[in-house]
Amino acid sequence: MEAAAAGRQRALLRQVLGWRLAAAVAWSVLLLPVCTAAFVLLSGVQPLRPLRWLSDSFDDLCTSHVIFCILLMSVVILVISVFNAEFYAVVPSIPCSRLALIGKIIHPQQVIHSVAHAVMGMLVAWCAAVMTKGRFQFLAVPCTISESLDDAVPQMCLNEYHLFFLLSGAFMGYCYSLLYLINNMNYLPFPIIQQYKYLRFRRSLPLLIKHSCVESLYSVRNFCVAYYFFGYIPKMWISTTMDLRIDSKLHPLDTLSGLLDLSLFYHAWLCGVFLLVTWYIAWLFFKIYATETHRFPVQPTFAEETDQCLPKILNSNPPLIIKFLALQDLMLLSQYSPVRRQEVFSLSQPGGHPHNWTAISRECLSLLTDLTQRLIAQQEAAAANGRAKQQVGEMKVSPQTPGAAGAEDIPFQLQSSPALNCKAGILDLSSPWHGKVQSPLIVRRGPKLWTSGSGLQMNGSHHESFPVLSVARVGSEAVQPSFIYTWLQNKQEQIKNFLSRRVLIMYFFSKHPEASIQAVFSDAQMHIWALEGLSHLVAASFTEDQFGVVQTTLPAILNTLLTLQEVVDRHFKLPHVSSKPPRSSGSLVDTSYKTLRFALRASLKTALYRITTVFGEHLNAVQVSTEHKKRLQQFLEYKE
Amino acid sequence: MCSLALFPPPPPPGAVTLCEFNNALLCGRRGEPLPLDFQSLLAALPALTLPEDGLKGPGRPESGAQPFLHHREALWKRVLCAWRDGGLCGLLKEIVSAEEEGLQWAKTALSCVLTACRWLSSLHGSILPHLSLTSEDMIAAFSQAVDWAGCSVRAFAWHPHTSKFAVALLDDSVRVYNSSRSPCSPGGSRQAYKALLKRRLSQLMLRPKQRCPAEPLSPCWDFKPTSARSPPGLWALNHTSATIPSLKHRLQRNVAAVAWKPLCASILAVACQSCVLVWHLDPTSLSTRPSSGCAQVLSYPGHSPVTSLAWAPSGKLLLSASPVDTAMLVWDVSTENCVQLQWFGGGGVTFLAWSPDGSKVLAATPSAVFKVWEAQMWTCEKWPTIKGRCQTGCWSPDGSRLLFTVLGESVIYSLSFSEYRGDMQGQVGGSKTASIVADLSETTFEMPYGEERIGGAVQSMVWDPTGERLAVIIRGDPSAVETQTVVAVFRIRNSPVFELLPCGFLRGEQSAEPQLIAFHPCFEKGALLTVCWSTGTISHIPFFFLSSRVPYGSPGRSPAVVTASSSVREQPLFSEL
Repeated sequence: MEAAAAGRQRALLRQVLGWRLAAAVAWSVLLLPVCTAAFVLLSGVQPLRPLRWLSDSFDDLCTSHVIFCILLMSVVILVISVFNAEFYAVVPSIPCSRLALIGKIIHPQQVIHSVAHAVMGMLVAWCAAVMTKGRFQFLAVPCTISESLDDAVPQMCLNEYHLFFLLSGAFMGYCYSLLYLINNMNYLPFPIIQQYKYLRFRRSLPLLIKHSCVESLYSVRNFCVAYYFFGYIPKMWISTTMDLRIDSKLHPLDTLSGLLDLSLFYHAWLCGVFLLVTWYIAWLFFKIYATETHRFPVQPTFAEETDQCLPKILNSNPPLIIKFLALQDLMLLSQYSPVRRQEVFSLSQPGGHPHNWTAISRECLSLLTDLTQRLIAQQEAAAANGRAKQQVGEMKVSPQTPGAAGAEDIPFQLQSSPALNCKAGILDLSSPWHGKVQSPLIVRRGPKLWTSGSGLQMNGSHHESFPVLSVARVGSEAVQPSFIYTWLQNKQEQIKNFLSRRVLIMYFFSKHPEASIQAVFSDAQMHIWALEGLSHLVAASFTEDQFGVVQTTLPAILNTLLTLQEVVDRHFKLPHVSSKPPRSSGSLVDTSYKTLRFALRASLKTALYRITTVFGEHLNAVQVSTEHKKRLQQFLEYKE
Repeated sequence: MCSLALFPPPPPPGAVTLCEFNNALLCGRRGEPLPLDFQSLLAALPALTLPEDGLKGPGRPESGAQPFLHHREALWKRVLCAWRDGGLCGLLKEIVSAEEEGLQWAKTALSCVLTACRWLSSLHGSILPHLSLTSEDMIAAFSQAVDWAGCSVRAFAWHPHTSKFAVALLDDSVRVYNSSRSPCSPGGSRQAYKALLKRRLSQLMLRPKQRCPAEPLSPCWDFKPTSARSPPGLWALNHTSATIPSLKHRLQRNVAAVAWKPLCASILAVACQSCVLVWHLDPTSLSTRPSSGCAQVLSYPGHSPVTSLAWAPSGKLLLSASPVDTAMLVWDVSTENCVQLQWFGGGGVTFLAWSPDGSKVLAATPSAVFKVWEAQMWTCEKWPTIKGRCQTGCWSPDGSRLLFTVLGESVIYSLSFSEYRGDMQGQVGGSKTASIVADLSETTFEMPYGEERIGGAVQSMVWDPTGERLAVIIRGDPSAVETQTVVAVFRIRNSPVFELLPCGFLRGEQSAEPQLIAFHPCFEKGALLTVCWSTGTISHIPFFFLSSRVPYGSPGRSPAVVTASSSVREQPLFSEL
């Protein structure tokens, strides 16, 4: 049964994403010859003889080795695209501490990613070297080693320029992979406005080229430094394994004067730009195609389509990307399409049940309730952290009489810990990455599970010990185990305190408050769409809903929205929570996940206003609690 | 086609247009009573005067430099400064004019480069002349205000849902006036009106009649004509809440437009010279000087000065336009992300108008072409005009018709669009050509006291939310002395054909010329036009009529639903499977 469901979902994923991936790869491969032509043109630049330069470049383009390089690089692009498709995530994983970031970097998957990219980078660099020609073309060049003037023996020597190129390519590939991880470039941000793919691509292209140029400059600089210090190792290794001599007449590159070669620097930089541009284009196409809207039917026209219609998808547990696309489609249909809205409000043919509306509203509401509970849990945890610290302080004051201190603490612990555990339970259940491990996406976010969970587990274990303690105390007279336990705990605290005073450890373990807040709101895009979709549908129902299907859920919707509004308001009043979004740099790297919580707050308010503006005084007839009624009245008076 | 000759003659000088009642514009002295039933609707609206002398001139950073001793920075510092302030040309100028020794050869080389730069920029300027203007002149040229540079009121905006408006003043501050009750707040306050009216009636009867003969028993019992009584610099307000937030910010200079966010209590976007400021005001706060921490700064390199703003009626996005930038920016204000909508040609974007149903956006350029963007997939259609740039435009409430005017022509064009349906993705659906609906060429009215000449190009144009009145500021020919700037009001008939019918001219106080006009977004009894006069007075002129449709800003009708409602009714009762 589950296998069947999983199979169906995989089929759905393939159906929705498959052709997009294919189209993205096709486009990036089609653009490869253009990039190659530009590279050949720029690498052979002769500013003093422009005509000669152009004719040479055209001749070069038609040679067989350039065509072979294009074919080889198509394969590289394919591999890169496969990695893009395997590593993408619609919910970014945000490392909460530096240790978590290191953990992510040495995670096996990331290691595979890096190694593969380094190899691919080397391949591209080899192609670039071959296309650049001149002194870069071959690894082994004939040279004459002349012990004496008369018997000059022709021999093969190592071409260090070529080696430099290959290694710089591998370095670039690795840097790309590292930055891909650090900048969360696997995150698929959905655009704020809908645009045609061509326009989106055209808009991003200048940014992409600029970003590649700058990045390549930095990489080449770093690589030069690395080569200066460690360049002799690969050189020796290659020359011994391949039995190549080192030409003593040529200047060695791992010296200062060798590296100050402008032509070498330019070509290495150009090779880096070429590599990054082609890879980023593949990445950009994947991003554009994957986040394109997909239109799910609201009502199935054929029986076999039932699995693909919007209410069904929303209610099942599809891969996250499908869920995102479905919610995006819901938002668009609720805003722009009266005909499809009508389908949502319609009744089922035999029976007359509003199945579509019920399914859609239930899913949206459960999403929002989940978020509410998650936020409540986070706020409780934040409050409890303060209390836990107080406790530690108390224990320190009276370490000699742990029993007494413990006895004093018991009621307090009993009071606080069940609530905490309960909240923690809710948290685990409500977080979408709990359970349901069948999806490959979730497995992939393994590091996240560990990092964001670690804090909670720490908290959890910290508090779970208390019930044990109190039960032992109340149940029997056995003071001894509890004493040992307390002693152990004391020691643990002391170690923790000791460690926390060491700067280095704190450096790695300290949680960045901003990052943990971002982690809480990392999937808020879903909730934003759910809010927009719901509020537009409710607003439209005022005139379009002929059967009054929306009216039945209106109190629930209002309750959910108002509760969420309260919780979000409270969240923004917590300490460490900045009330303004950080300035986003207009670079290629998308940081929109950092500001999702602000978007959520704004769209929540707008959603409430949308409903109150349309319904006006009629909302007084809706049954909500008095507190919410007061809140609604404020919204009606535009005082919120 | 309507022409000015069909209009009733303008009111005599000295009379002030009070309201429209029974299909005629009523004139009288300022402060004369309106029909009693309606007076209460107006009592809460602040009429105010913001005289110019009350406002201090904006403090300019240059003026502060004079009291200090002249000190020359090192060359590299100056060059860096020049680069930051004036770009490449500034940098070259700085180096060429440098007095340091030993740079002779560099100076000669760079002066050649500078000459080339100047020649290039003059070439560029001859193609797009507006680029050679300074940014203040540019704002003055493209602003909707008649006399942006000289008048004390520079921009005006009604809140889309409540009786609250923002005024941008000459001293670069923005003030927010709030009426005590909102005409939009439905139902519940009706009793309050009645009580208020009763109280006022009793006051009226109790008050001895001859107490002050100079001042008529005004319906504006509470707001006395401010110009007469209060010293300049003070504004008498009535029934507005006591706090008038005055918004000031370091970056808030040369405000060209203000716009309130729809579906929101109090978020105000201000188009400044260098950026867009988004003020988050707390409607319940009592502070009169919100700190600059309440303002979000939205800036983008190359996107200044900003001359026009438009919020999406759904409240999600903000558009900003600059005559210098060929791209207009779509801002997601909450996250401060922006998307450039690039459209080369035209040289910039001067004026934006988002249709009330949210489906289309008018974007005028400084050259003889304007665009209409479709707001779902953001594709555009362009319409070249014959004579000049599009000066202003306004949308019908259902977004199916655009009225626009062209600089240098004294006619109003109409452009109709096919009815918007969401499934028509990426099509604007405009008709091929625009038709002329009104001719505003100069007309002479023979009056007992002499003749009056009215007519000319249109400066700005607003369409009321019910879609039944159109107000137009007609700017007289600047070369002729006699012509005057007036507000002309048209009635609009939609069936059987779209038609503009004359309603009348509005007259303000003596020597007051209209500066800005705006319709109240949700006036119950018809339409309410707010006119900012060149004397700094802001007056409200109601048009009482029965409208067939509810204004879009008011409860009971969501902006997005207006168009959809008609099409949905034709759907079959049951969906066919």
